Amino acid sequence: MHELSITQNILAIVIEHAKRAGARRVTTINLVVGDLTGFVDDSIQFYFDILSPDTLAAGAQLIIQRIPPQVRCRACGREFAPQNSNWACPQCSAIGGDILQGREFLVESIEVE
Amino acid sequence: MRVPIVQGILDANDQIALQNRQLFDEHGIWVINIMASPGSGKTSLILRTIDALQDYLRICVIEGDIASSIDADLVATKSVPVVQINTGGQCHLDALMIHRALTQLPLTDLDLVMIENVGNLICPVDFKLGEDMNVVVASVPEGDDKPYKYPGIFITVDAVVINKVDLLPYLRFNMVALRKLIMGMNPDVKICEVSCETGEGIQNWTEWVAKRREAKLAVVRH
Repeated sequence: MHELSITQNILAIVIEHAKRAGARRVTTINLVVGDLTGFVDDSIQFYFDILSPDTLAAGAQLIIQRIPPQVRCRACGREFAPQNSNWACPQCSAIGGDILQGREFLVESIEVE
Repeated sequence: MRVPIVQGILDANDQIALQNRQLFDEHGIWVINIMASPGSGKTSLILRTIDALQDYLRICVIEGDIASSIDADLVATKSVPVVQINTGGQCHLDALMIHRALTQLPLTDLDLVMIENVGNLICPVDFKLGEDMNVVVASVPEGDDKPYKYPGIFITVDAVVINKVDLLPYLRFNMVALRKLIMGMNPDVKICEVSCETGEGIQNWTEWVAKRREAKLAVVRH
């Protein structure tokens, strides 16, 4: 549900930077979204299709790079990617650790003409 | 032409949250953002916390709900100021809603603000409000596997309050496994087992809240 306000934010950021670059139109929007955030690609696309017509970003392709979680075990220091319900370290079986990635939520770049 | 941006999509919200936080800090107010799924006992925890701390701290509550003022009416019976925010369908509170609510708060006469977020384990996590501390209430009937399903909230919070422990004898629930899982995902988290029904464990929770608040004030004063 909150992808509506999120997509409004994305569009505002994109259009501001496109204008600053003197662009006539935006062709591609590159987003980086961590899997530990609550954001759903399809919903962002859905609202983008509704909100983007009549803006500089009309017809732009939305490319969403997902970042899987990466954790560093506090017991042995091993870095690993938790899979679904398994947060156990593959080396020492301790559960969880410090989160290194997976919480990103960025407009990384745009392609403009 | 490629235009590099690398800007957080929630930067605008984060900025407003920072302003809220600064305003709270200026007034020495400690702010807790309480999140949970619907029915886990957020309001009950707030009522218990008011009962325990009302004699020592000047408390105010911000109630976030999609609709209605049922929770706010309950809190108002405790004779503390309460502000109701109806999000009109939005699944979470955001910093701007809190910013607007601030005008209705007696900021100079407050020590503790508890914000009850909209019942939801997903969306509220990503929206900072200007809080000092994030708490999730996880209740026994919801099961012991919630951190697997909603890692985002369990890795973010400062405390997990496990409510309704008075129901443990009647339900299949592995507290040891749940605690181990939460600690694994979030090693610095505080876990409190409570029953808002019987009052069990509430003192442990409220003492910790009071201690955390004192620790912050000590930092602000220096």
